[in-house]
Amino acid sequence: MSETQQISRLGMPKWGLAMTEGTVVEWLVEEGTELGKGDEVVEVESEKINNAIESPAEGVLRRRVAKEGEVLPVGGLLGVIAPPDVPDEEIDAYVEEFLENFDPEEAAAAAGGPEPETVEIGGKNVQYLKIGEGEGPPLILLHGFGGDINIWVFNQEALSEEGRTVYALDLPGHGQSSKDVGGGTLDSFVEVVSEFMDEMGIEKAHLVGHSMGGAVAGSFALAHPDRVASLVLIASVGHGEEINEEYIEGFIAANRRKQMKNVLGLLFSNPDLLTRQLVNDELRFKRMDGVDEALRTVADQMFPDGRQADVPDLSGLDVSMLVIWGRDDQIVPVSHTENLPEAAQVEILEDTGHMPQMESAGRTNRLIEEFLDNVE
Amino acid sequence: MARTISYMQAINEALAQEMERDETVVVFGEDNVGGFGSPGEMDAWGGVMGVTKGLYARYPERILDTPISESAFIGAAAGAACSGLRPVAELMFVDFFGVCMDQIYNQAAKFRYMFGGKAKTPMVIRTMFGAGIRAASQHSQSLYPIFTHIPGLKVVVPSNPYDAKGLLIASIRDDDPVMFFENKVLYAVEGEVPEEPYEIPLGEAEFVREGEDVTIVAIGRMVSMAEQAAAELADEGIECEIVDPRTTSPLDEETIFESVENTGRLVVVDEANPRCSMATDIAARVAENCFDDLKAAPKMVTAPHTPPPFSPSLEDLYVPDPDRIASAAREVAGAGARA
Repeated sequence: MSETQQISRLGMPKWGLAMTEGTVVEWLVEEGTELGKGDEVVEVESEKINNAIESPAEGVLRRRVAKEGEVLPVGGLLGVIAPPDVPDEEIDAYVEEFLENFDPEEAAAAAGGPEPETVEIGGKNVQYLKIGEGEGPPLILLHGFGGDINIWVFNQEALSEEGRTVYALDLPGHGQSSKDVGGGTLDSFVEVVSEFMDEMGIEKAHLVGHSMGGAVAGSFALAHPDRVASLVLIASVGHGEEINEEYIEGFIAANRRKQMKNVLGLLFSNPDLLTRQLVNDELRFKRMDGVDEALRTVADQMFPDGRQADVPDLSGLDVSMLVIWGRDDQIVPVSHTENLPEAAQVEILEDTGHMPQMESAGRTNRLIEEFLDNVE
Repeated sequence: MARTISYMQAINEALAQEMERDETVVVFGEDNVGGFGSPGEMDAWGGVMGVTKGLYARYPERILDTPISESAFIGAAAGAACSGLRPVAELMFVDFFGVCMDQIYNQAAKFRYMFGGKAKTPMVIRTMFGAGIRAASQHSQSLYPIFTHIPGLKVVVPSNPYDAKGLLIASIRDDDPVMFFENKVLYAVEGEVPEEPYEIPLGEAEFVREGEDVTIVAIGRMVSMAEQAAAELADEGIECEIVDPRTTSPLDEETIFESVENTGRLVVVDEANPRCSMATDIAARVAENCFDDLKAAPKMVTAPHTPPPFSPSLEDLYVPDPDRIASAAREVAGAGARA
């Protein structure tokens, strides 16, 4: 199907391996609205979470093809964006041609993408997902406490699109990696990242760390400054003593759907974003043997008595740093942005909680892309 | 978590992992190993359906065959549980419970109460139930409501491989007697199951599907029937929410009520006979607790009040199917709001 230079297709995205279809929740703009690249156009719900789809190009929203409440397969046509001077007949012909030729199974196969792999590090299995190929230093995405590679579901592919290799990995005790966290110290995670890079043959990387993963990235940079091309710290741990103990303890204790839902709600500015599926996925992880013990060990090391134990001094680091935080973060206060080195680029996102990479995925992706373009 | 295994393999894996983890876990029943006195090698059978196959080679001292005397080996399980072991006994077909019911309901279920809370009875009785394999009425009943009636017993009825593994592990680790009901038609059904051991708490229902119009509570094999009905109804514009209680005792009423409060309409699907069943129990609990939310009288889709027939054509009619569930859901959805 030809996408003319002028007509851009707004398609149902694929967020993560399991997504096969999405529901149109709400159109955020009327037909006829002028859009800039990156403007939010329509809100879509996958089984796991809601997210706004952004305009892929400048132009006018000419057609809202999918109705609110409609379920579309991955790749299905949500809407059409084109300059105002493209005649209506051309738009209609485009829509008609698309709908005639669209094969959901073919589209799903094309959207398949790579699957997670496993590597052995220090005798323990570590799961990772590699997306994209590029010449420069790759990106390595590091999740936070209780997270896994899936927290990057809106980011990893997008960040790879301009010719970058992007890795995400499950730290020990998390996701599908070994539940053996050893001492559960920050240093032990830094060591895992270092060995992971050795295994993958990565000399130097851009490290993107969320929450506790931010502390891992920062400490890694202090220990191995020559191996870090730049640092992106998202709602990062390690820049002040406060941390929401209710969240840490609540997450470790949560074993029922309601408890988990309440705890996970703290992560978002708008807790309505949470779906039952996301809550269930977290419960599935938490119910595996060894997970609660692993989380307990890590929490005791990193957050004893409801305070952050490690607040390393990053001021001496000679590395470009982008810091992204949600204004409404209830886990690590946004005031910690004041404790960062002078030279760091600090971006605070409105209507966003502790998960900017999910709740404001488009803005976060763009900030990272622009930052990387400047660094490179 | 991309690995896919069958319901039967999930149960086998749960047994193997718990035997590995805890040496007090012992497994026994009729033909669990090879069949006493049978010719040929041990581990020839692994239970009448092969669920315990392979365990003998790994734990020869902790899996054993019993004589064909349910009263003896179910009683032995109760005694072993009181004195430090975690037995998993297999009552081949639940239809045979009549000869060992005293050991279950008047002994095992009572120990904790009658010894002032000082005794625990961590035993699991695995048992097959359900119609659909032309095994006639003495091997095809769905008798979990009878056990649900007895205080002191927990009753588990998993509907899929993921739940089967996590619920069996939780049952083995539980300190009370648990009746674990395996629908024989589900053994071959496959699903994604993590390799690691994990527990699903007893007493937590699962939302299998979300919807705004009708709540369908379905148990065991009936969950997949309800899913087929819900897919058909979605095409007609009726969105069903499917709740799988997963355990009938304890029963997660809160989740059922939460769903009915949203939809105002209830269909209960239960493969058991209709009188004094889970269907009547859940319909009654909802009527008592959610009366003001209900827009229509709850409907029950069950087997008829007869033993399961041996005639294949009658047996197929006997078990609730997606068509009957869909009709019931249409009926409650069509009922207007009560004045």
